[in-house]
Amino acid sequence: MAKVNIKIEGVPYQVEEGLTILEAARICGYEIPTLCSYNHGECSLASCRVCLVEATGARGLVASCVYPIAEGMEIRISSPKAVHARRVSVELLLSNHSFKCQQCEKNGHCELLHVAQLTGAREDKFMGAKTPTHYDNVSPSIIRDTSKCVLCGRCVARCVNAHGTGILGFEKRGFNTYIAPAENRSFMESPCILCGQCVNVCPTGALMEKSEIDKVDEAMRQGKYVVVQTAPAVRAALGEEFGFPVGTPVTGKMVAALKRLGFNKVYDTNFGADLTIMEEANELLARIKSNGVLPMITSCSPGWVNYAEYFYPDQIDHLSSCKSPHQMQGAIIKSYFAQEKGLDPKDIFVVSIMPCVAKKFEKERPEMEVNGLRDVDAVLTTRELAKLIKRSGINFAKLPDEEYDQDLMGDYTGAGVIFGTTGGVMEAALRTAYKVLTGKESNPIEFKQVRGMEGLKEADININGTILKVAVASGMRNAKVLLDQIRDGKSPYAFIEIMGCPGGCVNGGGQPYIKPSLMPNEDLDIIDTYRQKRANALYSEDERQVLRQSHNNPQIIELYNKFLGEPNSHKAHELLHTHYNKDRVQFPEK
Amino acid sequence: MAKLHDTAVKQIEEIIARYIDEPTPLMLILSDIQKEYGYIPLEVQEIVSKKTGIPVAEIYGVVTFYSYFSLNPKGKYVIGCCLGTACYVKGAQQVIGKFEELLDVKPGCTTKDGLFTLDALRCIGACSLAPALKVNDKVYSNVKVDEVQKIIDEYKGAK
Repeated sequence: MAKVNIKIEGVPYQVEEGLTILEAARICGYEIPTLCSYNHGECSLASCRVCLVEATGARGLVASCVYPIAEGMEIRISSPKAVHARRVSVELLLSNHSFKCQQCEKNGHCELLHVAQLTGAREDKFMGAKTPTHYDNVSPSIIRDTSKCVLCGRCVARCVNAHGTGILGFEKRGFNTYIAPAENRSFMESPCILCGQCVNVCPTGALMEKSEIDKVDEAMRQGKYVVVQTAPAVRAALGEEFGFPVGTPVTGKMVAALKRLGFNKVYDTNFGADLTIMEEANELLARIKSNGVLPMITSCSPGWVNYAEYFYPDQIDHLSSCKSPHQMQGAIIKSYFAQEKGLDPKDIFVVSIMPCVAKKFEKERPEMEVNGLRDVDAVLTTRELAKLIKRSGINFAKLPDEEYDQDLMGDYTGAGVIFGTTGGVMEAALRTAYKVLTGKESNPIEFKQVRGMEGLKEADININGTILKVAVASGMRNAKVLLDQIRDGKSPYAFIEIMGCPGGCVNGGGQPYIKPSLMPNEDLDIIDTYRQKRANALYSEDERQVLRQSHNNPQIIELYNKFLGEPNSHKAHELLHTHYNKDRVQFPEK
Repeated sequence: MAKLHDTAVKQIEEIIARYIDEPTPLMLILSDIQKEYGYIPLEVQEIVSKKTGIPVAEIYGVVTFYSYFSLNPKGKYVIGCCLGTACYVKGAQQVIGKFEELLDVKPGCTTKDGLFTLDALRCIGACSLAPALKVNDKVYSNVKVDEVQKIIDEYKGAK
């Protein structure tokens, strides 16, 4: 790559050609205040004008986020003109912003407040009319509050880039512009898959998860028997909320915190993941044997299930009928666990800690109950768990490492842990399918062909001479490629793993925010590498496990022996399997 | 989508097919649909989205950005009152106010019988005729408040 010579504040630097001023400055050690957090291509509107600088060769001030560097360019970030202009830009944004910071769920992660502090902007500098606002809290997953929107368009770009669905768009014109699903509908009345990627990129509190902390508080108050389970991806990211570097696994501290928060039992959803593998791998083999509908596609990701129902209802039979791991575990807690412990299942309240906001919707589905008992009663995101810990005065960093409760569903395998990243469910299923087909364990245990952060992966898996063609996709834009193949009858695969969020659950819509401007101690390229770093935390935990295949989990074996019979038995179907809705209308009549 | 008639769907698909190979077909498609039907409801936007791959939210954004496009059916006669600077100082606000009063509609809306749509326009380039207004393609000049009833009656009679 060719280099160009530039000067910043009079100091000469050599940087790669083709960078924007913002990127080049960052590499040279300058943080220009900005709202776009270096999300490549996910905000190229340059509409916020927060990052204005002086540059030779340009007329007036330039938005450094889009202005390319050139040979000999001299850049001034600290000139009085640039400093003043940036302050005014932020003051203009603030003049149309609902400044209720202490109630705002994004407080502490708000990029607008951050640049306001950096630039010294005053909220009441420009008083006047405000744009009419809209508030949507209809969905169980996401809240949209346009009174906090700065119209940066990052959510619009993320939805299109990740999924191609483009649920959000700019509506109306000029001062009346707002961002919404078509017709200013709620997320529930448009084909939104509720993945929450828009929440992750929103610099302010305009897009938020719908909190369920109150529900958990109420259950505790009522003296319910509260069982909590944590999804694999949570441990890979929770530490970020407490200042640990991205990719630090904090399983032991998380368990210790949950035990101090008053939950009666603390379990790992990895047990449910192992159970899912038992059901799913056996379902796959049954489909192959009986010439059933192939390829079979995983059904753990509720965002993906929403997408399939909205956009490919004609292909819905390709989805595995398995519930997702936390729903399975919830159903088992309220049946097997209750029976073994002599508890009335009506008194049990199941809380799932998930990296996901679509799970909040999933648990509300009418299919997700057995005998009138909801499988799961509340879903908290990783971020909500952090809030729960912070408000309780627990010093997370000083907690000891503790173990999950061990009775009945305390064992889990490495296969369950890797469920939290793209390719993980596939690998876990292959480990067990190999055993079922050959009677032997695979050697090596790992199937590294399906690892990595690419959105679309395929592999030929050799099982004793038989080639099993598989594919892995994350992000609906990539899933669409595989689904169109299926629709055209041209899919060469037997088994497909699909996860809603790009990179899988480690990058779920309920995970801690990755905002480089608020993470001064992280690597400069953190926006590109955080997914892999979190995934590595899971793969390292897998390697540390003694048991690494779901079928070797002794408590899973015990569960089948004592309660379920065998995989895909009648009882297993009653508790652990579901069906899908082919009749969801993308834009229902209002 | 059940509301749309099959023949309408076919016609819309024909319009889309005309421009689908253009580098940026959306404005061309929407313009023709607006011309043909007088409005572009969400059901029609869904068809355009399906055929072009452009998200419905983006299409809706374009439709609500340009005042040329309409989400609701327009009346048989579209009364466009100019509220540009020249017309405004010559009393256009009183004229449009009179229309509002007599037709019982707000600007941008259509009368219940579907006969009239009242629109507030920016400068239509007829400043020497201020205050000016258009009913469909016919221009009225130097309009006075007490002439409004007569203009309405002209079209009511033609029903």
